[in-house]
Amino acid sequence: MPRKPDATPSGSGGEGDRTPDLVNAIHALSQLSYAPASVGPPGPGDVAMLVGSAERVKPNARHGLRLPRLYTPPASPYLPPVSHTLALPFPAGFLRRVGRGTSEAVRAVLDVRTWAPLLVGNMRRLGVDSVPIAIFIAVFTGIVLALLSSYIFTGAVPLYFVGALVGKTIMMELGPVLTGMALAGRVGANIAAEIGTMRVTEQVDALETLAYDPNAYLVVPRVMAGTLMFPVVTTFAIAVGVASGWITAINLLDLSSPQFFKGLRLFYGFKDIWFGLVKAASFGLAVTLMGCLQGLRTRGGAEGVGRCATRAVVLGCESILVLDAFWALVLL
Amino acid sequence: MIVFDRVSKAFGAKQVLDDFSLEIPEGETTVIIGYSGSGKSVALKHIVGLLQPDAGRVMVDGLDLAEIDRDALAALRGKIGYVFQFSALFDSMTVGDNIRLGLARRELPEDEIARRIEESLALVELEDAADRMPSELSGGMRKRVGVARAIALHPQYILYDEPTTGLDPVTSAVIDRLMVRVREQSGATGVVVTHDMRSAFTVGDRIAMLYQGQVRRVGTVAEIRETDDPVVRQFIEGRPEPDRRGATAQETTLP
Repeated sequence: MPRKPDATPSGSGGEGDRTPDLVNAIHALSQLSYAPASVGPPGPGDVAMLVGSAERVKPNARHGLRLPRLYTPPASPYLPPVSHTLALPFPAGFLRRVGRGTSEAVRAVLDVRTWAPLLVGNMRRLGVDSVPIAIFIAVFTGIVLALLSSYIFTGAVPLYFVGALVGKTIMMELGPVLTGMALAGRVGANIAAEIGTMRVTEQVDALETLAYDPNAYLVVPRVMAGTLMFPVVTTFAIAVGVASGWITAINLLDLSSPQFFKGLRLFYGFKDIWFGLVKAASFGLAVTLMGCLQGLRTRGGAEGVGRCATRAVVLGCESILVLDAFWALVLL
Repeated sequence: MIVFDRVSKAFGAKQVLDDFSLEIPEGETTVIIGYSGSGKSVALKHIVGLLQPDAGRVMVDGLDLAEIDRDALAALRGKIGYVFQFSALFDSMTVGDNIRLGLARRELPEDEIARRIEESLALVELEDAADRMPSELSGGMRKRVGVARAIALHPQYILYDEPTTGLDPVTSAVIDRLMVRVREQSGATGVVVTHDMRSAFTVGDRIAMLYQGQVRRVGTVAEIRETDDPVVRQFIEGRPEPDRRGATAQETTLP
């Protein structure tokens, strides 16, 4: 069988020359559906040859990736083109970016001496400073929930179920989600605008020239702080929300404290707490990660910074809703 | 030594560097001149690996930046000081902390860090600025802090990206004098990107003109002053019309 010259193993001999470079081989295979077509039927062992001659497809800084050219059979009305049959479920570029992003993330997380000194400051800035807005939201959520449940239950269900509904709803859903949404606006926009401004004013480049990894210096401490502090802030929000519902119930509804707490304990399980806190941690990770990634991708001037901040908030909120559904499916 | 070996770089459809080759010898200051948008800063960013070439090689101390791993690149960056066009000072930190950041990365003892901050601020005549925020400084002072941040690392190479752009003539002259003083005191190899010809003639040992993605002419300051290349002459004399004698039709239109 004739074979394309490009696809012929190097003739300098021996198995040593055919040692596969795994990375390059995977890279080459991931490009198969994009390789230009050639003529001539395939020869036996073509795939083995492709892997074995990986040094021939090593990326070249000057000329880009040289790929072995693929055999394309004559056009047939019954068969799809060979490039379709070899197409990967994801674009090769996407897979490469995911691989590179993962390796950079691992490298940044392992660079502890860079991010560790910055962690506490970020925990204070992203977490502690967000407590007032979380409490503000929780107070009104508790009031509304108590009044709403009273309205629903009156005449149908004993009124002490108000405590059950307020507790369950705030612990498992509204506490984490509303706090997450509020922090997506406050924290996500803050991070994106800050890093975006650093990007457009070349401060991120300056970090690199000082031999810092921007991921380790800018991204990891913020994401760690968000992941650790969102559950803490959410805990405050839950406590305040339930307290707010209780105060509303005993003052505005025909309900006593023992009745409210009877309802609160009625369906309470420890899972109510940790379910909410697991969600809050994942929201913290998502919101801060979106903020950092959008910030680092900022281009242009003030307009670019504004755009990246908006996108960070939108993506943060969307992530919260998706994760909320995900945890409900997985953990309930 | 820094070597650009047939480097090409494009952004979208715009080919910025096109087979660009240049050798930057040790111990001298090489000035890269060229029109705005001609790719001077792009070339400079390749030296520290902030940009990667589409084709060709950038070699620093014999190392091909495309071939080395991230640790080696970080080590190489430790030998290079970079002065950014708009200073790129960290605006949430004081001047002293801006300088400290690069030194802290090298895990120097605290007294050595303090000494170097003091020394570098003294060299740029900003001894009292250590506790000030960048927003409290003028443009010229910010540039000098940028220089101080770079030289505090005692680099082997110092790269200046448009060091006098946007400054008044007197402040520009101060920055020029500072660059000369830094070279005399540290012996570092300098690369200066500018379109300020007065600055280029003051600080440069060699001048290379970047034109249409390639080096149009390279030589000593005297050679560039005396060149009869119409494109270079038009640029260094700042004339709106090119000298049509000896120029091709393409060269007689402004880029």
